Amino acid sequence: MNAILLVEQTLNGLQLGVMLFLLAAGLTLVFGIMNMVNLAHGSFYMVGAYLTVAAANWTGSYVAGVVLGLAGTLLVGIVVELVALRTLYERDHLDQVLATFGLILFFNELVAILWGRAALFASIPAFFSGHVEIVANLRYPLYRLVILGIGLAVALLLWYVVARTRLGMLIRAGASNRTMVAALGINIRLLYTLVFGFGAVLAGLAGLLAGPIYAVQPGMGELILIQVFVVIVIGGIGSIRGALVGALVVGMVDTMGRAFLKPVLGSIISPTAAEAAGPALASMLIYLLMAVVLALRPQGLFGARGN
Amino acid sequence: MRAHLRLIVVIAGLALLALVPAIAAALNQPFYIDLLRRVMIFAIAALSLNLILGYGGMISFGHAAYLGIGAYAVAILSHHGIHNGFLQLAVAVGASAGIALVIGAVSIRTSGIYFIMITLAFTQMLYYLGISIEEYGGDDGMRLPRRSEFSDLVDLGNPVSFYYLVLGVLIAFLYLSHRLVNSRFGMVIRAAKSNEARTRAIGIAPYPYRLVAFVIAGAMCGVAGMLLVNHTNYLTPDFMHWTRSGEIMFMVILGGLGTIGGPVLGAFVLLLLEDLLSGWTQHWQIILGPLLVLAVLFAKRGLAGLLPGARRDD
Amino acid sequence: MRTTLRALSVGLLAAAFAAAPAVAQDKIKIGFITTLSGPQGVIGEDMKNSVELALDHLGRKMAGKDVEMIYGDDQVKPDVGKQLADEMLKRHQVNFVAGIIWSHVMLAVAPTVTDAGTFMIGTNAGPHQLAGAQCNEMFFTTSWQNDSTPEAMGKHMQDLGLNNVYVMAPNYAAGKDMVAGFKRYYKGTIADEVYTKLGQTDYQAEISQLRSKNPKAVFVFYPGGMGIQFLRQYVQAGLRQQIPLYSVYTVDELSIPAVKDAAIGQWETRFWSPDLKNAANERYVSDYKKKYGKLPSFYGAQSYDGIMLINSAVSAVKGNLADKKGMIAEMRKANFNSIRGKFTYNTNHFPIQNYYLLQAEKVGDGVEMRIKKTVFENHKDSFAQECGMK
Repeated sequence: MNAILLVEQTLNGLQLGVMLFLLAAGLTLVFGIMNMVNLAHGSFYMVGAYLTVAAANWTGSYVAGVVLGLAGTLLVGIVVELVALRTLYERDHLDQVLATFGLILFFNELVAILWGRAALFASIPAFFSGHVEIVANLRYPLYRLVILGIGLAVALLLWYVVARTRLGMLIRAGASNRTMVAALGINIRLLYTLVFGFGAVLAGLAGLLAGPIYAVQPGMGELILIQVFVVIVIGGIGSIRGALVGALVVGMVDTMGRAFLKPVLGSIISPTAAEAAGPALASMLIYLLMAVVLALRPQGLFGARGN
Repeated sequence: MRAHLRLIVVIAGLALLALVPAIAAALNQPFYIDLLRRVMIFAIAALSLNLILGYGGMISFGHAAYLGIGAYAVAILSHHGIHNGFLQLAVAVGASAGIALVIGAVSIRTSGIYFIMITLAFTQMLYYLGISIEEYGGDDGMRLPRRSEFSDLVDLGNPVSFYYLVLGVLIAFLYLSHRLVNSRFGMVIRAAKSNEARTRAIGIAPYPYRLVAFVIAGAMCGVAGMLLVNHTNYLTPDFMHWTRSGEIMFMVILGGLGTIGGPVLGAFVLLLLEDLLSGWTQHWQIILGPLLVLAVLFAKRGLAGLLPGARRDD
Repeated sequence: MRTTLRALSVGLLAAAFAAAPAVAQDKIKIGFITTLSGPQGVIGEDMKNSVELALDHLGRKMAGKDVEMIYGDDQVKPDVGKQLADEMLKRHQVNFVAGIIWSHVMLAVAPTVTDAGTFMIGTNAGPHQLAGAQCNEMFFTTSWQNDSTPEAMGKHMQDLGLNNVYVMAPNYAAGKDMVAGFKRYYKGTIADEVYTKLGQTDYQAEISQLRSKNPKAVFVFYPGGMGIQFLRQYVQAGLRQQIPLYSVYTVDELSIPAVKDAAIGQWETRFWSPDLKNAANERYVSDYKKKYGKLPSFYGAQSYDGIMLINSAVSAVKGNLADKKGMIAEMRKANFNSIRGKFTYNTNHFPIQNYYLLQAEKVGDGVEMRIKKTVFENHKDSFAQECGMK
């Protein structure tokens, strides 16, 4: 265990965290502002990845692929909101759970019908491939640094929009008291549709970034969804800041756990016991973390919602 | 009048179920006895979840854990040579109730999404525990050495006897749920779901009542687990996976929260649809998905709300 | 609404009860259980394609009788698999049940089928329980015993005189079996043995650890999507040139289209490869390519053989399916043209076969696995002595 390794794992943890943040931000926005549990959020992640790969192959350009992919995801998000989910804002969380689960099944199968069940080929665009020598002996993949940068940029952008613009103010007001905001003549429905669409775009962005490093296949969203829920619970529902902090914490804890838990355990208990316990414990680590956070602060780190 | 209508519908449904073995024999299709038996076992699990989910408003994503605990209790005892069904039942119920007590004690202090995530976390931990125990097959699981033996009362090896046993348990639990929900105890649970502040204001603390309901629900699901492992003749930690919890939840929601017969109806529709659709096409999910969405959009009280005798108020 | 629901429920029950199977017992009925939905449906698709191709090659007849295939989707669940088996046995009254990808589904289904006195022809899962203590005369497999493939890789890496090997696998029964099989033949030092979470998508942390340990070679088992992700990330970390990567069930014809050039140079061991030279295989591969536009995977090859095995037995008893002893005897001879070439069956009805070392190479503008050498000849699995059959 040397300093270089530690720095590398820290970068890994931050990058994983940032990926989780992109997903968590959209989910917590929709949950916090519209009080809607959207299990199909992972489907937008998947749609973003698929549309970008397809568009990039069709046009031959990665940039065009990204633009079309994001636009397409936005469209899909808006259509889903208008057609299926709009009436569910007033309904019980459980109804939302069942309906969005139905959407998951639908999208997974739609993608399988259109592109087949086999994973798609997605590669890192040429200008993002290669390594960067951060310090001596530490060569880190450029693409992962790009993801880190984009994630932080999005975090900054979100903070600016929510805290400093009129739109952000409307969003926060709508979360507090939507009837009042509607009474003031603001088109609450349009606002919700925009927020939902934006959440979908964020998920789609995470998906297209993940495409070249993870497997682009039906059901790819569900693999990561549970971690995202853990993040927003730890961070506090409705809080973008919470989503960022929660995501970075989960990313770091998960990464460090997988990297160092077994050797650390091995020095405390016997190495053979650590062989068995290490991986099992590492899998449960983020749940334990969540339990601890909730025990100390039941509304999550930055949660402020009354209900 | 409405209550009588509802009762008639429920009894009609149960009568139909009781006639299935005869119908299946007449049509020479013994498979349906097995199919419907599996559906009834999940209906029992859904019923138990409804107690805390539908009536109590406690969204437990960890309910499948008790299916697993009941199954493991039977399989572990059987693995070590203990095949007495009564003993296995006692252990299954005891273990489920005990673990429900522990999980409930910790989780019920929270509410809303936090309750969901904590129950989910506990289930995941139990699932990983089950995977890691090599003795009982790890995640490969293991075959049940021998079915539970109930001296000469009922032979689980006989498909029809087993079917009637499960039907009997289903009817018993339906009745038990009905009594529980309409008792003073049940009224406190429902009141606490409806308006917790007011419940506290009249001097009743919901926590102990909720905990008891949670334990009862866990124990009932443990019985379902015992039946399930006997039905499949195979133990797998898969039974405890959170996606199974989700499936049971969907049965309850689809069928109608807070209705006695709802979860049973939900289990039947969901599982039979799955079986039917997957026989037609490998893309059955693209049909089932939108059907669920439509059910939520148009059947506001679940499928039970579409049946005669549905309450308009509540 | 009321009438609609009533109609719907009656309709559902009717549809479920409907279509009483034509009791024309002059057909050969084969039930095939695999995974057709979800992401792993890609494997089931390959198996089903291969079964259909085999039937085409047989003219859809065995011993002059028509063959009816009934497919079932187990959704990777043992209880659904068992329900399908029950349905196939009781409702469709199949004469054979074949297929099954997953070990836990196989362990739930095989006893159900064999207890009913019906043949279970496994075409992928090869759990050691069925190779050992739970072996059964009605169970045959056309695939392999799970441990044999990593045993071959272990032997190869041992023969290379490698030391300081880093081992990685997912933390579940199959993962542990693969590593156990590997260690049965590889006796050198192991730099570290790392088990990752099943379904994990990001391996960056593990790759960083691996790099810091600086092993001589890496051995992994990552099936399905995990393999695609691990391979991509390993190559993106620049390790392909630095540390040779050996694997089992990680890179195959199903995953290569997703990783393309990242697979080049990958070493795997397997009992079969599309380029294996024998008449049956050449016909299978070229016809598969013609019909489906891509190369088949080993899952498909095994399923193709499953149908051919059944055909050999049915033909031997001239379609008299009541002669089960006769069919067992014929199957034991492995008397058919297998895609793996000539092989024999062990007492536990698992094949005794060769295992080859494969490497992924650039072929045209694609990537294909090519056989480099034979690692094991007529290799027996390690569990046959636990089986009571002679």
